[in-house]
Amino acid sequence: MKRDSILSLISTLIVIIVGLLIGLIVLLASDSNQAFPAFWTMISFGLRNMRNVGDVLLGATPIILTGLSVTFAFKTGLFNIGAAGQFAFGGYTAIYIGVQFLFLPPPLRIICSILGAALAGAVWGAIPGLLKAYRNVHEVITSIMTNYIGMYLLSYTIQNTIFDINRTTTTRMPDDSNLPSLGLNYIFREPLGEGYRASAVNLGIFIAIFLAILVYIILDKTKFGYELKACGFNKDAAKYAGINQNRNIVFSMMICGAIAGIGGALIYMNGTGLSMTALPLLAMEGFTGISVAFLGLTNPIGVIFSGIFVSYLFLGGARMQPFGFSLELVNIVVAVIIYFCAFVLVVKTNIGKIFPKSREGE
Amino acid sequence: MYIIEMRNITKEFPGIIANDDITLQLKKGEIHALLGENGAGKSTLMSVLFGLYTPEKGEILKNDEKIKISGPNDATRYGIGMVHQHFKLVHNFTVLENILLGVETTKFGLLSMVEARARVVELSKKYGLSVDPDALISNITVGMQQRVEILKMLYRENEILIFDEPTAVLTPQEIDELMKIMKDLITEGKSILFITHKLDEIKRVADRCTVLRKGKLIGTVDVKTTEVETMSEMMVGRKVNLIIDKPEVKLGEVALEVTNLTVKDKITGKNVVNNVSFKVHEREIVCIAGIDGNGQSELVYAITGLMPSTNGVMVMNGVDISNLSIRKRCLAGMGHIPEDRHKHGLVLDYNLAYNLILQSYFSPQFQKYDFLRFNEIYKNSDMLIERYDIRSGQGGRTPARSMSGGNQQKTILARELSREPKLLVAVQPTRGLDVGAIEYIHKQLIIERAYGGVLLVSLELDEVMNVSDRILVMYEGEIVADVDPKKVTYTELGLYMSGAKRDVVNEELA
Repeated sequence: MKRDSILSLISTLIVIIVGLLIGLIVLLASDSNQAFPAFWTMISFGLRNMRNVGDVLLGATPIILTGLSVTFAFKTGLFNIGAAGQFAFGGYTAIYIGVQFLFLPPPLRIICSILGAALAGAVWGAIPGLLKAYRNVHEVITSIMTNYIGMYLLSYTIQNTIFDINRTTTTRMPDDSNLPSLGLNYIFREPLGEGYRASAVNLGIFIAIFLAILVYIILDKTKFGYELKACGFNKDAAKYAGINQNRNIVFSMMICGAIAGIGGALIYMNGTGLSMTALPLLAMEGFTGISVAFLGLTNPIGVIFSGIFVSYLFLGGARMQPFGFSLELVNIVVAVIIYFCAFVLVVKTNIGKIFPKSREGE
Repeated sequence: MYIIEMRNITKEFPGIIANDDITLQLKKGEIHALLGENGAGKSTLMSVLFGLYTPEKGEILKNDEKIKISGPNDATRYGIGMVHQHFKLVHNFTVLENILLGVETTKFGLLSMVEARARVVELSKKYGLSVDPDALISNITVGMQQRVEILKMLYRENEILIFDEPTAVLTPQEIDELMKIMKDLITEGKSILFITHKLDEIKRVADRCTVLRKGKLIGTVDVKTTEVETMSEMMVGRKVNLIIDKPEVKLGEVALEVTNLTVKDKITGKNVVNNVSFKVHEREIVCIAGIDGNGQSELVYAITGLMPSTNGVMVMNGVDISNLSIRKRCLAGMGHIPEDRHKHGLVLDYNLAYNLILQSYFSPQFQKYDFLRFNEIYKNSDMLIERYDIRSGQGGRTPARSMSGGNQQKTILARELSREPKLLVAVQPTRGLDVGAIEYIHKQLIIERAYGGVLLVSLELDEVMNVSDRILVMYEGEIVADVDPKKVTYTELGLYMSGAKRDVVNEELA
């Protein structure tokens, strides 16, 4: 096990370096004069001051959760492409409660928002789960479909419920419906003129980390996790052992949905005034979650770090625009880096071959 | 002069020497047996001959000339052909199309098989390999499929023919026929390498025998002048008790009673298990014999709950289990050593200890407030590892995937037997294992008799004859014989297995 962890770490570092180099090549091909300063900005921006560090954590919060959602599904033998839809449902529900449930005191309202988001995500995740378990329809197909159904359904619902017609988004939530910053604004800030400018990083990052640890405990330490993983690793053996697979598939998809839904809540409650658009658009965080999950080697704790890494790249990448690189190109570069990072398992297997271990088993 | 000589072949894999300085000399016109347990290095050696692996040391000579084989195409060019244990045939192609696959004859760019067809017919006459060139592979018997594989080699004018465990899938009658074909091939000037671990077959056809053990060459002996016991000892490295010591016991209560069980195939609608009735008593090993694919697997699936039965009643220990879930059957005292240990028997990505609690992880012994009790889980594995002699690198923490087949099987055996089941359903429990492990598992099955009944499904006739107290033969989903192993002969069993004879027609069986 120890050797395995070391191998994982080394191979993750290798792919990140290779990915960054390839990203640099893309930049060079696009504009060789500006490539180096832009590249330097991308890889250093997130650490330039404490506010940026805070922003990295802020950006990491939702994608840690979508990544966690995909990870949880993957560990139980399912591929959750539906995180985008579950995320959006969670987000909408959180905003709805934040806007409409003003009769609740703020702390209670926030808790309700998060729980409501979890419930909404779980319901939306249950649909592919039920179809998979009882009708044997592949969850990838159904979760792609529920993403689109959810997208249009939400677009319609927003326009008929909490719609801000001027911005074509959801109504802005009152400030006390947002997550508290817990004093993080005193740590993650940069001096600006007389005062400071603080990052909006808040309670959300702790919730994300807490959930990652919770998922780790459920999967590795409990009877439920034993069953879920057995189904994921070998569903025939799970059936042989008398484990009720169908029930577990539904539970597993509901948990995935709940996690992604909370991700949706945390992003719209982060206090930056972000609102949900009424345009039919898929939540990109749902798909970024897939990269985050695999970059984190589908390990709940690994996902915390990969989420932070991806957020770091996005934040720094966006800063390449002043160097004349269009947003599209920035996204290509970031995507290329993440894409290469997906080779982490290939690299790991190969280094494993170069440094063979002593034969086990016999 | 040797037609093929492999000199001092050494092939290493990380952490293991699969072939250690092995020399194999094949004379023209001989049947040369290659004997060894699983993992002895037979397949590696043949893969080297086929150019699939490049050896670290050693050379290959054909007629005293050094040759270099770097792939199957080279092997074919040097006249080396192989009948694989699992046939490489396209099931929805005809016999002729399969034979021509890869060497298709064309005219103006279009397939033209007229001449090829004539040659195939001629070859099959010459060697007595009767097959219909226009029959679909999916419609012909396994024995015929094997003949197609042989014809494939002959069509390519191979002179060196490798047979990899060719008898594993055949009935005794088909084995006789194959042995005859092999001898005919020799008289026509071919040379044969015969890979096997069945000593009686070697005795019957082979001229010489090369024995491998744990990657090392033990020796090459003349078959006529060597005792079976000697060869067996060379193969295993110690004396093996080929005859199982089985004390007589008195039958107990009925452990399992199956009445009019029918299982319908979902897709074809055919009754794969057709109105089957039988009983298994406590302290009795009942063996279901038959050629693979005659409904044995489905029968077991229905009994163990992996597949729903269409009709019929199953009573275990007085409890009607016909509609119980797998978990409930398990808790009611059923143990199951599944046919496919990788598919059903183990979660390969779990470690040994986790695999040992696959049906009991939820019991208070292994969990408290839904949290797994790791101390207990590993204590349990330490105990079972010792009791069942499971060899593993890191004890309970050994990944199941990294263990050898024999130890994986022992893991399943340990798990199932330690639950002291009232009925143990064991399907091909010794498949793919070496002689030592087979001996061990047979002993354990006989010990298990003390707790309850054993329903053993086996394709190996030796196992059927040696281990069981009673034999039921299945043919096309029905039980066609209920016989005493002490009174039945191999030939008779073969006749039942191939459907040529039947004497029980779904009557109440005692």
